[in-house]
Amino acid sequence: MDAGLIKPFEVTKKPLEPARYMEYVTHPGAGAVTLFAGTVREWTNGKRTMHLEYEAYEPMAEKKLAEIGSEIEEKWPNSRVAIVHRIGALAISDIAVVIAVSSPHRKAAYEANEYAIEQIKRVVPIWKKEIWEDGEEWIGDQAYKPGGEQY
Amino acid sequence: MIHLHYFAGIKEVAGKAEEDIDWVDGTAADVLKWAKKSYPSFDFSSVQIAINEEYVLETEPVKPGDHVAFIPPVSGG
Repeated sequence: MDAGLIKPFEVTKKPLEPARYMEYVTHPGAGAVTLFAGTVREWTNGKRTMHLEYEAYEPMAEKKLAEIGSEIEEKWPNSRVAIVHRIGALAISDIAVVIAVSSPHRKAAYEANEYAIEQIKRVVPIWKKEIWEDGEEWIGDQAYKPGGEQY
Repeated sequence: MIHLHYFAGIKEVAGKAEEDIDWVDGTAADVLKWAKKSYPSFDFSSVQIAINEEYVLETEPVKPGDHVAFIPPVSGG
C-alpha cells in the first residue's frame, strides 16, 4: 500500500494494518520504532468476552489523537507518530489500536508510545462495550474522574 | 437551538445518537441539568461535557448553534 495515503491520526471501521504505520513513521533520522497493537482480550476479570463493540465521537477523537501526536513531538523531539483506533464490532484478537512512534533513540520511542496509550485511555472519546455470553456492558474507566485531571 | 450528541450508555438510554433542542442562553451545567431531567435513568455523575469537540468546565457558556456532547468515562485502547 502507498504510505502516502495514510491518515496518521484516524478512527476507522476497517481492520488495522500495523506495518503501514510503522512504515509511515520510519525515516532516516529514526534509530528506533516502537509499534504497539492493542488487541481484543477474551478473558477479563474471570468473564469471557464474545466480542467487543467500539464507538467514538469521531471528529473529536481524531482531533484528540492528533493532539497526543503533537504533545509527543514536543516532549520527545524528532519523533514521528501515528495513532489509529478501530471502531465497530471486533472479534477476539482483532487489533483495536495501533501506535507507531519513531525517534532517534529507543528510550524515547518506548516512553512516547506508552504515553500515547495512557492518554488515549484518559481523553480520547472512544468507548468499548464488552459482550459476554450472558449480557453486555459499556466499560468506563472509573479511575479518571471528571474535573480531577487537566486535559 | 443547540445540537446534542450522545454516546455509549447515554445513547442507549436516550434511544438516539443526536438531537436538537431549543436554546437561548445558559451554561454547560444548564445543558447537563436538562439532560438529567430528560433521561433520569442515566447516571450523569461521571459525564464530562464537550462543546464543539473540546472538553469544557460546567461554567462554560453554551450558545445557539453549538454542538454539545456528553462524554461518559472513555474506554478506548
